[in-house]
Formats: sequence, structure tokens, C-alpha cells
Amino acid sequence: MNLTLNVWRQKGPDDPGRMVTYSANNISPDMSFLEMLDVVNEQLEEKGEEPIAFDHDCREGICGMCSMMINGVPHGPDRGITTCQVHMRRFNDGDTLWIEPWRATAFPVIKDLVVQRGAFDRIIQAGGYISVKTGGAPDGNAIPITKTQADKSMDAAACIGCGACVAACPNASAMLFVAAKASQFAHLPQGQPERYRRAKRMVDQMDEEGFGNCTNHYECEAACPKEISVENITLLNRDYIRANLTGVE
Amino acid sequence: MDWVVKFARSSIGAKAVVALTGAGLVGFVVAHLLGNLQLFAGPEQFNNYAHGLKSLGPLLWAARLGLLGMFVLHIGMAIRLQSMNKAARPVSYQSKKAQASTLASRSMLLGGVTLLLFVLFHLAHYTLGVVDPQFLEYKTAEGWHDAYKMTVIGFQSAPVAGLYIAAMAGLAMHLGHGVSSMFQTLGLNHPRYRPLIRGIGPALAALIFLGFVSIPIAVQLGIISLQGGA
Repeated sequence: MNLTLNVWRQKGPDDPGRMVTYSANNISPDMSFLEMLDVVNEQLEEKGEEPIAFDHDCREGICGMCSMMINGVPHGPDRGITTCQVHMRRFNDGDTLWIEPWRATAFPVIKDLVVQRGAFDRIIQAGGYISVKTGGAPDGNAIPITKTQADKSMDAAACIGCGACVAACPNASAMLFVAAKASQFAHLPQGQPERYRRAKRMVDQMDEEGFGNCTNHYECEAACPKEISVENITLLNRDYIRANLTGVE
Repeated sequence: MDWVVKFARSSIGAKAVVALTGAGLVGFVVAHLLGNLQLFAGPEQFNNYAHGLKSLGPLLWAARLGLLGMFVLHIGMAIRLQSMNKAARPVSYQSKKAQASTLASRSMLLGGVTLLLFVLFHLAHYTLGVVDPQFLEYKTAEGWHDAYKMTVIGFQSAPVAGLYIAAMAGLAMHLGHGVSSMFQTLGLNHPRYRPLIRGIGPALAALIFLGFVSIPIAVQLGIISLQGGA
């Protein structure tokens, strides 16, 4: 396959950056999207040019590192997968691809397609701990949890923190991420003692980081590689409002 | 009361204010529609209703001030949220594909501003008589303001009727996204009711649209005329 790539190139945080056009020739349809970029980078290096910087780690769709807009959609055109799971057979010979980094004030570009997602870590830190008893390992089934609640918690916990929700949101809001991280605990008995405090602190930190505000477009849900539901946002809204109305600190 | 200000400044708090004031404004729109539909019952019924409203005195002013307050909060908060959203993404994408958002959801601010301009025109048109000062001079046999005659003559102008119909299409689009959004923002949603809540905005918006536009259309078609209602 031969493709034309329009890739965002930016030397560093202070460089204004620009789109650069490359041709990717002799690409196997069996390559993953990142392997295709590896090949392009090898060719760039052979020519003595700077390779395209992009984030990646496990390449198994579970770490949340890979992060790029492919033709205007985070993680490319298929639903429920990360960039590393996109294969070149998904595209046609002669296609033109647009490859851009996540765009958000809270996610400044470090280089090319790599953005700083430390804001997510600070939101997690603001959420704080859950109360657990120290001592001997508790019995696995000591606390009864319904299947429904366990499923909801696990579905929320599937979030890998990649930031596609922010990238897809027209307002660059991080609500789906924060909602997933708050409701994975809110659905479980172990998460109850700090439930409202957690919701309040995480949302307040989210606001401080400069993310936008959710206006219910639901682009996040469509873009999420783990298909996290916006019902988590409903729960976060409810918990945050309750935390404020009842004066939880 | 420090917490109220702090809450209203947070993203979710500000949206809750927009949602609650929006709910109040939707209530007003529905009440206004039910009042207007009495045009179909003829001049006597409509003028009785209009006179009844005018005779409320201080209550009418309380309602007007309440409405004004809701408008100011709704618009003020929405503009503040929108400016934060613009600041949250200063560099836009070269290529961005919408997967779930709708024209209605993306045009809430533009639609809202258009509606505000319409409301100002509407007040100038029928409440203040700026467009045609004669409008406020029409009197019924009882000596009351003849609101029926004013409305019918107003809508007999095709451009005016067209403008009102277009504005109602804008209102329908705004409510189509807004009403469903309100439930989500206030945390009132559940998997079981999600299809219902997603549908309630567009359904209510369609009903309100049909209700309001039936009046200028009926006047244009001569179904409602100075001689009487349908």
C-alpha cells in the first residue's frame, strides 16, 4: 500500500508546529498503525531527518500510552480499540491520512504527537485513598457485592487513562475520565466512606487543570477505546452536586 | 453562602445552574404556548385570558422579574462555560470528525444568542409596540387591550409570520438538545430511562414547535381571522 500522511510536527513545547506531508510507500496491510509509523521513521532516519515522536508502550491495547488523532477521530476509525490495534488493512491504497496529537490546554504538546498527560495523574492524586483495614489479608468474599454493581465498577475500571475522551470532546472536557475513575469506587462498598469527598476533589482538580466543561455531546463515549459509558458522568454529576449541597469536604 | 458561590463557579455547578434555569424557562415556554393556543377559541376567550394576565398586578411583575433573573443566569453561565471551553482547546484540529454530537448539540450557544435576539424582537413587537405603535391602541368593547386583533394583524404579515416560524425552529433545536441534557447534568439518568431521556428533548421540542407555528400558519391560511378563531 502507498499512503500520503499529513503529520503534525512540533520540535518542542514552545515551537508553533505545522503539518508536514510524507509519503508512506510499500506498507503491508498486515502492519499495525504504529508499525507503519515505525517504517516511516526508519525511512526518515535513513534520510538523516528527525523521526516522528509518538507515545506507545504495550502495543496490546491495554496501557493507554498510544494517543493520536487519525483522520479526525481519536485512535482511528474503529470503535473500541486503541491506535496500536488499528491495522493498515483498515485503509485503502492511495488514502491520505491526517495524524495529529490530542488537542487540549491541559495536554500540552511535548513533541510532535506526544502530549503531557500529567493532569490525569494529578486528578487521580486528588481523589485520594480508600479506607481499608490493615492486618491479615481479608477473606475474598467477606463483603457481599451484587453482580450488577461489580459489573458497573469493572466497566468503569476498564479506563486506561489514554485521554481520547478529552481529545474527542468539542470542549476538551475530561468528564468521562474523571467519571470512570470516581465511579469505579462509587459502585463498590469499599469506595463508600470517601465517595462524595472523592467526587468533589477530583472535579475541583479537573477544573483547576483547565479542562473544558461537558455539554453532553457524548463524543467521548464514541471515541473511548474501552467504551466507557456516559452513565458514569451522570453518577459523577449526582455525587458532585450532592457533595456540595451537603457540605462534604 | 460561600459554598453556593464556589459551587456555581465549578464546572458541574455552573451547568446545574444552566440546567435549572433552563427547566424554568421551558416551563415558561409551555405556559406561554398553552396561553397562545387560546387564539383558536376566538377573540373573546383570548382577550379574557390576556386581560386576566394583565390584572395580576404585582404577581405579573414578580413573574417577569423571575423570568428575567432566569434569563440572565442561564445566558451568563452559558457564556462563561463556553469561554472556558474555548480556552480549553486553543489550537483546533486540522481534521475532526463528529461521531456522536449533533448539529443541535454543537449550536447551543449560537442558537441561544439567536433566540435572545428573537425574544428582544418579540417584546418590541407585541409587548412594547415598537414595530407598530397602533398595536397597543386596539381596544375591545369592554375597553380592554384587544390582544387578539393585535396578534392576528401582526401575523397577517408574511415576513413576520416567516420570522416567527424560523425562530421557533431555532427554539426547537435548542430544546431538542437542552431538555435531554438537563437530566444528564443534574445526574437524573439511569440505564433504564436513557432512551426515554434521550427522546424527551426532541419530542418536547417538536410538540412546542408545532404548537407555536400553528398560530402564524393558521393566520396566514385565514383559519384564524379578525372575524374569529377556528
